[in-house]
Amino acid sequence: MYVVVTGGGKVGLNLARELIGNGHEVTLIEGWRPRYLRIEQELEHAVQYGDATELWVLERAGVQRADLVVAVTGDDEDNMLICQVAKEKYMCARIIARVNNPRNVQHFKLLGVQPAVSATDLILNLIEHDIPGHGLVHLLDLPDEQLEIIEVEVTEDAPAAGLRVADMELPEGSLVISVLCPGKPGFVPTADTVVNPGDEVLLVLDPGLEEQITMQFNPNGVRTGG
Amino acid sequence: MTTRVPAMFVLIVGAGRVGSSVARSALAAGHEVSILDEDPLSHERLEVGLEGSWEDNGGRFTVGTGIEMEALTAAGIDQADVFIASTDGDNTNLTIAQIARKRYGVEHVIVRVLDPARSDWYAEKHGLNTVCPTKHAIQQFEQALVTAAG
Repeated sequence: MYVVVTGGGKVGLNLARELIGNGHEVTLIEGWRPRYLRIEQELEHAVQYGDATELWVLERAGVQRADLVVAVTGDDEDNMLICQVAKEKYMCARIIARVNNPRNVQHFKLLGVQPAVSATDLILNLIEHDIPGHGLVHLLDLPDEQLEIIEVEVTEDAPAAGLRVADMELPEGSLVISVLCPGKPGFVPTADTVVNPGDEVLLVLDPGLEEQITMQFNPNGVRTGG
Repeated sequence: MTTRVPAMFVLIVGAGRVGSSVARSALAAGHEVSILDEDPLSHERLEVGLEGSWEDNGGRFTVGTGIEMEALTAAGIDQADVFIASTDGDNTNLTIAQIARKRYGVEHVIVRVLDPARSDWYAEKHGLNTVCPTKHAIQQFEQALVTAAG
């Protein structure tokens, strides 16, 4: 795979190293001269000097034949526009953008730059995930597909506790895809699987069903995430 | 006092030399003008050559950046007929111009882009009204060179 990475900070440089180590062809673009010179000692021809928001710099790096463009500079506007031209002008099949300020996630979406990865949001999700009895946790949002995957812990007083999956009163547009019992590996349930208090249940949902799902599995759960 | 109906509501993000001049002339032309700039000092630049304060002359000024929705709202983007992105950064201008167009549906979006290549591409592909000072400078230099050569 040919990957163009823009931004030679901690994220970009380590990404480039790993991708090269995995046998991929990589060009890293760094616009700050001292940093470029430092990286060049290690990556040699795999790093180029220039402002990756300029079209000729992207073209010089061979963006036209890139299978993937990853924009991980420390500037959200730069990352958005690099990915936007990679996708719309150079017809790059895949783009990945880094979001520095999570409040800008909505702007990445608006400009059609997806996926946009926010480290802050990822860590926040992990923190919420680690707090027990916290109700419903968003594991994955697929905005293009209009689906989300959530996890919810089953409480004693839940209407669904002790029921077979087939007997649960789940809203249309929701499906139990995995059951995690404490101390055991997770498994994909059948219609006969009984879900008990203390289990964690993974569901795939149409957006907007979170409240109904929380009512079934964790009626006192505080809604979080998303 | 007569009530003057403003011809247009013009929101200008970035009141440097360009933005502040356009702001003053738009105000003088009878438009409602709101400025959004992250630097409070820009307020002083706006008042150069004005009698009285920017606000006394009917202008609005909000401190903030064009990528913050709260700042755009405070500056009145919901009423804007014209959005001018004239900060000193191409990438900021191109981003906020698209936000103004796509999220707020502002009818006229004018954006300063120093990079001629992207000025052309965003005009063609995204229908933005791009203004490229670099292109004008190139033309003037070339013209001056022709004149010098006689």
